[in-house]
Amino acid sequence: MAAAAARWNHVWVGTETGILKGVNLQRKQAANFTAGGQPRREEAVSALCWGTGGETQILVGCADRTVKHFSTEDGIFQGQRHCPGGEGTFRGLAQADGSLITCVDSGILRVWHDKDKDTSSDPLLELRVGPGVCRMRQDPAHPHVVATGGKENALKIWDLQGSEEPVFRAKNVRNDWLDLRVPIWDQDIQFLPGSQKLVTCTGYHQVRVYDPASPQRRPVLETTYGEYPLTAMTLTPGGNSVIVGNTHGQLAEIDLRQGRLLGCLKGLAGSVRGLQCHPSKPLLASCGLDRVLRIHRIQNPRGLEHKVYLKSQLNCLLLSGRDNWEDEPQEPQEPNKVPLEDTETDELWASLEAAAKRKLSDLEQTQGALQTRRRKKKRPGSTSP
Amino acid sequence: MAKAGDKSSSGGKKSLKRKAAAEELQEAAGAGDGATENGVQPPKAAAFPPGFSISEIKNKQRRHLMFTRWKQQQRKEKLAAKKKLKKEREALGDKAPPKPVPKTIDNQRVYDETTVDPNDEEVAYDEATDEFASYFNKQTSPKILITTSDRPHGRTVRLCEQLSTVIPNSHVYYRRGLALKKIIPQCIARDFTDLIVINEDRKTPNGLILSHLPNGPTAHFKMSSVRLRKEIKRRGKDPTEHIPEIILNNFTTRLGHSIGRMFASLFPHNPQFIGRQVATFHNQRDYIFFRFHRYIFRSEKKVGIQELGPRFTLKLRSLQKGTFDSKYGEYEWVHKPREMDTSRRKFHL
Repeated sequence: MAAAAARWNHVWVGTETGILKGVNLQRKQAANFTAGGQPRREEAVSALCWGTGGETQILVGCADRTVKHFSTEDGIFQGQRHCPGGEGTFRGLAQADGSLITCVDSGILRVWHDKDKDTSSDPLLELRVGPGVCRMRQDPAHPHVVATGGKENALKIWDLQGSEEPVFRAKNVRNDWLDLRVPIWDQDIQFLPGSQKLVTCTGYHQVRVYDPASPQRRPVLETTYGEYPLTAMTLTPGGNSVIVGNTHGQLAEIDLRQGRLLGCLKGLAGSVRGLQCHPSKPLLASCGLDRVLRIHRIQNPRGLEHKVYLKSQLNCLLLSGRDNWEDEPQEPQEPNKVPLEDTETDELWASLEAAAKRKLSDLEQTQGALQTRRRKKKRPGSTSP
Repeated sequence: MAKAGDKSSSGGKKSLKRKAAAEELQEAAGAGDGATENGVQPPKAAAFPPGFSISEIKNKQRRHLMFTRWKQQQRKEKLAAKKKLKKEREALGDKAPPKPVPKTIDNQRVYDETTVDPNDEEVAYDEATDEFASYFNKQTSPKILITTSDRPHGRTVRLCEQLSTVIPNSHVYYRRGLALKKIIPQCIARDFTDLIVINEDRKTPNGLILSHLPNGPTAHFKMSSVRLRKEIKRRGKDPTEHIPEIILNNFTTRLGHSIGRMFASLFPHNPQFIGRQVATFHNQRDYIFFRFHRYIFRSEKKVGIQELGPRFTLKLRSLQKGTFDSKYGEYEWVHKPREMDTSRRKFHL
């Protein structure tokens, strides 16, 4: 049903009840996908990342320590693997050269050989990064480089092909004006493109920039925002600023060259759990505990574009980075949203395939139906002008 | 010039009005703002050039006069229209169209997309497995700890005592300046299911923190209009030890459902109908009214009620996931006045 249109979904959201939701903003539809047919709280989605092959596969990390493979082309869960070791839920999930990298709360980082349905439980590599990990992030430019950070767990950069020691270990800032040690709580990490720098946001409402290339291990830049822990962070398309969200639902854009606050975004009522910006368009997707997915426009003008109520608490999201947000023209299919369609119309549609392709796509889009597929989908040769 | 609907009592004023009106007319004609035909205004009719409004008269006394006269005229017209309508209705008798329903803020309410549909499976599953599941599955029965902010005054203390008679299986403890974060693990160890903290400011209770234990959500309310038992007029005798019934009114949205379940989990499952006591949480326009009554059925359709117990009004300020941790906790919902209170017809509970 929703499987056919799954590939055109713009945002994929994971919930606390174990449902993966695909949202199509063009058609304003949201569809639920579960592995077992029924939602289960034990399978709460804690991490999402794109799988191999562009954006056709999603890796879903669940609270019961399984990583499920979901195909956006077919709209079904294809397989899962159990990733034991350590305690706690997944804090980071990444995919590199056919291997799967997972990191859990207690600090066990493992690299698994990615055979889809294989249940071999031997990891290729295991690292202990320290307890209380809040985030593990992979460098998009170097897939074998990952960074980890957490509560009382300083930022460390690991090279999975290199030694067992971290490549860069951040140092805590100086004692504050009362000569007290400043506590560490790195909640989210992002790699800045075009350089070796990293940005982190902390639970003590600080945003810090680290530069492994420079001799100092302390942060190069530090700013604060608000009074509440910052829970999520994302880079903007320009590359000069980040957008952070805190536990009160406040979103702010912070410029990294000066450390200034550029502006805020309104609308969220609950803690921000997931944030992602589109790589080229000025769009930001945010989800949180108030059960609503929001798409904001970041510049000219800044404001809310879409708001979708999804009935469960949202944990993480993936925004499709594709440029074309319109749907591709549909294959001529039997439009049987209502099973009462008679076969005569089916034959009629089939015979009108080539000639009336554009008309059909318009009709189906205006119907707004979730269609079933009979034939395997072929990529259309020509897009409708 | 005779103005229709001139109801003034004193003759002197009348003449003054006439004089004023005449002067107005001349002035307006003289000014001629936006008027194409200034010409001869019929002396009897109150014709002003178009585009002229009473608020443009600079003289306050005359302006007030013109306004009162206009108002009286409006009132008379309205009365006449009503009478006419009433006559028509009577004339039509049974065939009269039904009376139009007056608009109220409640029935103009903006439809909230988070309104829970009773057939929705996802929401049903979410509720069946949330933090209150153990109460609603009858695995735990409530045990409440009631306390206040530090050094409470008389009103707050008495409110706590009265609340503990209303809520069965509740215990009042004096807050000896202890931190809530230290109290909570101790409560969990002693099998308490809920913690109520009544906050006090300037000798009156003004806030309520309701925290479900062991790891349930914490709701923070503003409390107003607190009436203790002796301040309630025509009240009944003190409530008995019977377990009351609960009424939760008008909690329609998803957030409302969560709060409603929170209130429901304060009371034991098995209401003792012999006691004929009922606690009501009525939500209207985001304000929750708490009342405690004793009812008696005088006949099949007639009920008599006596108000017992304290009465107060609550307004939700925030709902935090997890036990009380206002600095580092994650919030499910925070009330933001400048963003959420922009429309008078939009409510969240």
